[in-house]
Order: sequence, then structure tokens, then C-alpha cells
Amino acid sequence: MVANNKSDRTAILNAIRQHEVSDVELPDLNADWIEYDSPLEQFVQSLESVGGRVVRLESLDQLGQELEKLDSFATAKVRCSLVAGQGSPTFELNQVDDPHDLEDIDFALLSAELGVAENGAVWMTDDGVRHRAVFFIAQHLGVLLSASQIVSNLHQAYQRLESSTAFGLFMSGPSKTADIEQSLVIGAHGARSLTLFLLP
Amino acid sequence: MQVGLFIPCYIDQLYPQVGMATVEILERLQIDIRFCEAQICCGQPMANTGCNDDAAPLARDFLKNFADDQYVVSPSGSCVAMVRHHYDHLLPDNADLPALKSKTFELCEFLTDVVQVEQFDHAFPHQVGLHQSCHGLRELRMGSCSERVEPAFSKVRQLLAKLDGIRFSELRRQDECCGFGGTFAVNEESVSCLMGLDRIADHESAGTEVLTAADMSCLMHLQGLIRRQKKNMKVMHVAEILAGYPAE
Amino acid sequence: MHAIEHAKEAKEFIESRGRATWHDSALWFVRAKRDKAAQSLPEWEILRETASQIKQHTASRLADYLEKFEANATRLGATVHWAATADEHNRIVMEILQKHGAKKVVKSKSMLTEECHLNPDLEAAGIEVVDTDLGERIVQLRQEPPSHIVLPAIHIKKAEVGEVFHQHLGTDAGADDPDYLTEAARQHLREKFCAADAGITGVNFAVAETGEFVVCTNEGNADLGTSLPPVHIACMGIEKLIPRQKDLGVFLRLLARSATGQPITTYSSHFRGPRSGCELHIILVDNGRSSILGREDFRRSLNCIRCGACMNTCPVYRRSGGHSYGTTVPGPIGSILAPARDPGQHHSLPFACSLCGSCTDVCPVKIDLHHQLLTMRGEVKKAGHLPALKRWGMWAMGIVLRRNWLYGFLGSVGRKLLPLIPRPLIYNRMNMWGRQRELPQTPAKSFRQLYRERYGRK
Repeated sequence: MVANNKSDRTAILNAIRQHEVSDVELPDLNADWIEYDSPLEQFVQSLESVGGRVVRLESLDQLGQELEKLDSFATAKVRCSLVAGQGSPTFELNQVDDPHDLEDIDFALLSAELGVAENGAVWMTDDGVRHRAVFFIAQHLGVLLSASQIVSNLHQAYQRLESSTAFGLFMSGPSKTADIEQSLVIGAHGARSLTLFLLP
Repeated sequence: MQVGLFIPCYIDQLYPQVGMATVEILERLQIDIRFCEAQICCGQPMANTGCNDDAAPLARDFLKNFADDQYVVSPSGSCVAMVRHHYDHLLPDNADLPALKSKTFELCEFLTDVVQVEQFDHAFPHQVGLHQSCHGLRELRMGSCSERVEPAFSKVRQLLAKLDGIRFSELRRQDECCGFGGTFAVNEESVSCLMGLDRIADHESAGTEVLTAADMSCLMHLQGLIRRQKKNMKVMHVAEILAGYPAE
Repeated sequence: MHAIEHAKEAKEFIESRGRATWHDSALWFVRAKRDKAAQSLPEWEILRETASQIKQHTASRLADYLEKFEANATRLGATVHWAATADEHNRIVMEILQKHGAKKVVKSKSMLTEECHLNPDLEAAGIEVVDTDLGERIVQLRQEPPSHIVLPAIHIKKAEVGEVFHQHLGTDAGADDPDYLTEAARQHLREKFCAADAGITGVNFAVAETGEFVVCTNEGNADLGTSLPPVHIACMGIEKLIPRQKDLGVFLRLLARSATGQPITTYSSHFRGPRSGCELHIILVDNGRSSILGREDFRRSLNCIRCGACMNTCPVYRRSGGHSYGTTVPGPIGSILAPARDPGQHHSLPFACSLCGSCTDVCPVKIDLHHQLLTMRGEVKKAGHLPALKRWGMWAMGIVLRRNWLYGFLGSVGRKLLPLIPRPLIYNRMNMWGRQRELPQTPAKSFRQLYRERYGRK
């Protein structure tokens, strides 16, 4: 649906079109972007530098015991999981209607499609996730990622994305701010911690 | 090789020794020098104040005064940048301008790029703090800039490094502006002086004995602050050092 | 409204408040982090050039891309609005909120809504609007505008944050620990997020080919603020558009590295239509942008991705503080945008610059900032806003510098007289050069005299 302020629309488009703006070709983005010898090692380094933690798993079977080692998980009263059969959830995200009910989630286990070595970001979408608030409202996050899904740079990442979901995000470490005298503080509004579980 | 010397107005009136040093450097290189007495100013003060109508006649004078020279050389990066990058606005569609622009050089870039000087025969046994004047750096690209990702180089330092015994100060902020900025120095006096004092403090803690630059205007401002503060730091234009003037 | 005199405000910041050195160091620290991040990518200069080309390409067919964006965003279920002016933008926001009976609004950082002065309009209508970025919340509680577009509270010391939080959020008196204060803000703002009827965000990039838009934050406030309430209003200037999704790769690589030295912001959220059962409104705002597009000398200022790097690097901004500019966007880019819109009000800003060019070299989208500032000085003069002293001073200088006899005469008289005049007469109140600086020592002879003596006239 297009809103009814037609006159502003026409005015703006006409105002733009009355100007002759010299043409510049759209670049093709095929440059020699950085490629790391080991995207995996670079990813780990990048994520740690933005306040994230990385736990390497040998197989999914190890996830439960590694989660238990995390204080944030072990002490969590309300847990939620987007990884089937994992994360011993106490809260079924897709069963609730109102996202405000997510307010008390202490720990959420998420699954990422992609990791980016140059910046430690993971790509997640709301595919099958009823409330995207879960990415931001949980006090602590665990994220599962397969090492085979790590690319060197963001250009490669965008080549692999499919834009079919209503929401997707790159998340790079836990929430942070430096708005008070440039002192870095982890845990602004979103997750206070992010632990990435890396599958081979 | 023939050079038309451009000595900017404030050097002519206030720092004649910088002009003479330039002459001596070029003479020693057996370059034929012409100094056209009709020259005065490139027009930068007016252009930088937005008064292009007042600056344009000076640009036309400049073009006329140096029409017959093979090269135009000036010991001022800022004035050369004016000719090379800003005369286009003052003299639009002027057929003679491209030739003037391509033959006009700041002294140090002329020495490194055109003459390709290999050595100097004198020593300068002092610790030198090189102030990277902004117009030389970011308009004429006489050195790498800290903002850009590029190989490190400095044409001025490269020349000075040929002097025996010279040492360089390593600064915390390698190429921050000194705060001169033409009329900015008086319009924004508070900011201008604080910028200058910050530069001087950086040089002081790096151990600079002689503060130098390829632009006398920056040095006029810095020297004014140094003298008021009665600091023990000598100020010399790079031409004076390259000409073998002592640091007295 | 009085025209802003940057020099006066700057002097106040430096001399009365003694903050300049502290402020300068804080921002230089950010600039240094940015340098390190840029140096980590060998392709940095190619990235900048690519970004600049994409932006210039988009500007060359902006109307087409806007229509394409509108069609695609609409297809995804968003409602697209057009606002030619700030007033129209505010009216649209108000109308949406009123339709939903929204009384409480959470807003993430949006320079556009600052530019439109949205908050006062909403508050006048009885709507509570809470800025949720920590820095913005701090300045909102202090009832002052942000002083920087990325670091809104960079001019405030932690003890002052402690004071304002003690007063408004009930933190302990005298507490100034950033961790403690941030935790207090987190608790306070969580309540606001959960109670909000609508969320307003800015837009960092909008993609024409998909109809999606991206919002970048470190705190997660834009995200939390739009994932709970049923209404999301995204406000964007028409210059935020880029053609393709893959272009995001270029801009997201540049944005955070340039802004804070991070490799990417913590959250880069891609919004592609409303949440199920909710509404998403996108307001496309012109407010003077199309007119800048028509001015060739200043068009590239529309490349700006609001990273703030030009502020962090500007030696004047660092020592004068953002408020000295009296504009929503301060610093080099603000000194172009503001006078482009209103040269009378903002005529001093293009002169609040030593033309050092650092901004141009730091800019991730290669806006020729210092050349535009210089050109803007000419525009200020043409529009008749140059102070008379400057105007006639330059005219007189132009006369002298074209007349060899007059120049030579004044020069030699000056050099002879100056040393004879008693110091107090020279270093008077009118002599701005001499307030903190000595004048150059006058030599006996000019260069041309020395040259003539040595070589004769040739």
C-alpha cells in the first residue's frame, strides 16, 4: 500500500529529475578483497576482539556439556533454544503470541547460517523464528556455527545470502557501548555475553 | 634547465633569507634562474576567503608573469597548491592554464621529482622536527598521509635525510595541522593557537631542536607561538637547511 | 535566530570551559582506532573509491531508484511515505502514532529526526519519546542536542553523566563508574522498550533492488525498540539509497571502521517488511536534499554515510566541540550541509576550518570535504554574508597585491616602521595575531631588494 501523500511524492521526484546529474557507472565489486589463509582462525580472532567467546566442538554431542560449563547457562532460570534437541529449553518461543513474554529469557541458544572472518559477525535470520526479539532481549546468547560456513569477507557473505526472510542480521559479539567517556562497556541493551560454539 | 622563481609575497617581505636560500640551492644545481619582478602574490588569501573576484586578477597576473619559463618553482607548498588545484575555478577554460599547472613545482618536489638530487655536500648535525604542512601533503601529495592506506614516504624528509648527521623527531601525531590556515589564524584565533601549541608540545616531547617545514606560513605561526612562550626551539624553512645555512 | 559565530563559541569552549584538550584527546583516540582498522585492509582505498562510485551512480538516477525502492518495499508489506519537508515528516509520524493511539515511543539514533526536530513536536502532542542510544539518552536527560553524530555525549564527562543519572534514574550520588552507569541505563531503558507503543529508527542504507533497509547499532537499541511494539517507523533521507544488496558489503565494511575502528557494528539489522501482524512505515524525506543534488559543487556531500570520521579527525572540531557549530550535524560535513541550506544562519561554518584536508582523506566515501568548504566560502560571499571587514580587507589586499609600486612602498615602510612602534601599540586588543603570538621580526630588506643587489635586474 502506498500512502496518500501523493503531492510530496511527485514534488520530490520532480525536484530530483529536473537536475542533470552526470552519469557514473555502477562498479562491479570484483576487486581483490582480502582473503585470509585461515578464515577460521581469523574469525575466532575477530570475534574475540569484539568481546565474543569461542568454544570449539568436535561434534554436536559435546554441546550439552559445554553449555553446562557456562555460568550464564547453568544459572539461567529461563532458557530458550532455536536448535532442535539442544539447549534444554524452559521456554518455547514459538508457542507465545506476545514478544513481551520474552522479557525474562536468561539464555537463548541460536543458530547462525554464516560467519565472517574479517569482522567476527554471524548471519542469522527469523526463518522459523516467531519473535525476532529473541536475538536482542535474552541476557546471554549461545550461537551455533559450522566452521565450514565461514567466509573471509563481507562481499563473499552477501554473495551467499538469500533475501527471502523478513528479517536478517549480522551480529558481531555481545551488545556494547562506549558512550560514557569512551569506556567500553559490554552489555548495553542486548546480550551481555555471546558464546559461539563452533562445529567442525 | 630554466626556472622562474616564485617567491610569495609574505616570504618576499618577511623571510627574504628563505628566498635567497632557494636561489642558492638552484644555483648550485646549475639551474638558470629568472626572477620576474612583476610577481607579487598567487591570490590565495582572497580565494581562501571566498573572494574569487578579487583573486582572479592575481591568477591572470601569475599566468602572464611566468608564461615564458620552463619551470616555476616556489618554496611554498601552499601557493603551488593554489596554482595547481584552485586556479581552475579562477580561470575557467583558460587555454594556457594546463601548461602552467604542469610546470609549477614546490621546491622539494622539484628537487626530488625533476632534478632528482642525489646528494648535498654539507652536514646538519641536529635533531629536526619536520612539520608536514597540509597543502604540501594533502594537495600536492608530497608525502603519505596518516589517513590513507598507502606506502610511507615523504619527499621533504627524503631530501633532508641526505644531510650528514641529521636526526628526525618521531611525533605522536605525524601530520596534524598546525592551525595556521591563512585568515583562519586570526578569525579562529583560539582554535588556531591551541592547534599550534599542541604541535609544539608534540615536537618538544619528541626532542626537536630545529623545527622545519616546506611552508613558511605554518612556521610563521608556530614561530610566533614559540617566541611568545620563549621556548628554546629553532625554526627554519627547509630551504634554509638544504642551502646549508647554520642553525644559529 | 541569531547567526552562529563559530569562533565565539569555540573560544568559549577553549577558554571558559577548559575542555578542549580533553575533548581533543578523546576524539583523537577514536581517530587512532579508525587508522588501525583501515590499515588492516590492504584494499581500503579501493573500497573508498568503490563506495564513492556507487553513491555517485545512485545520485545520477536517484528518482528511478527511489521508485524502485518504493515498489519493492511495498511488495514486502511496508508502507512508504514521502515527505518534502521536515514539517511534513513530523506530521506523517504524528499521524501514524495517533492512528495507533501510541503514547510512548522509543527512538534509536536518527540524525534525520534530529534535523526535523521531531521530539519537540511529539512531546507537544503529549507523546513520550525516549532516545534509547545511551549517549542520546544522556543528552536528552540533560536537555541538550547531541554534539557528535556517532558519539552524542562525547563532550560530557562521566561525573556529569553520574549527576544526571542520579537525578533522573536514582543512581548513587557521586557514582561515575561507566559500568555501573551503563547498567542503570540498561534497566531504565528496558522498561521503556517493554512499555513502548511504537519504535522509531533511522536508516543507514536502503536497497532499491530488494526494498530492504539496514540499521546499524552497537547497543541493540534499534533492534529491541522495533521487535517489541507493533509499529516500526523508519525515517530516512532520500540519499540513503543504494542500488543492490551486495553494495551493502562495501558500505558495512567502511562504516564502523571509519566511525569507531570496529570491523563492523555489533548489530547490522536487515528489515524486509513488517513483523507478522505488525506495521512497518518508511518515510522518505527530502528536506533540501534534492536541491543539494542540483548543485554540482556540493552534490557529493550527499555521499555521506554519517560515520563521523571527519569530525574525529578535524583539528578544529576536536578543539571546539560539536555544539560550537550550532547544527544537527557538526564538523566538516555539517559545515557544508548547513550553509547549503541556509547560508545566512550558518555563514561562519565554512570558515571554521584551516583547510588542512584531513577530512577529505579520512572520508570513506571520498567526499572532497575541504574543497567543498572552500567553494562554500565563495557562496557565502556571493550571498552577501561575508563580514564587511573581511570583504573590504580582501578587496584592499587585491588592490595592493596587483600594484608593484604600492606593494613595494607599503612593504618597505612597514619593515622600517614596525620596529620603531612601541610594543603596546602593536600588541593591542585589535591584533588577533598578537594575542598569543609574536609577529614576525621584520628584516631590513625584502627578497627582491636582496636579489637585485646580488644579481641586478635580469
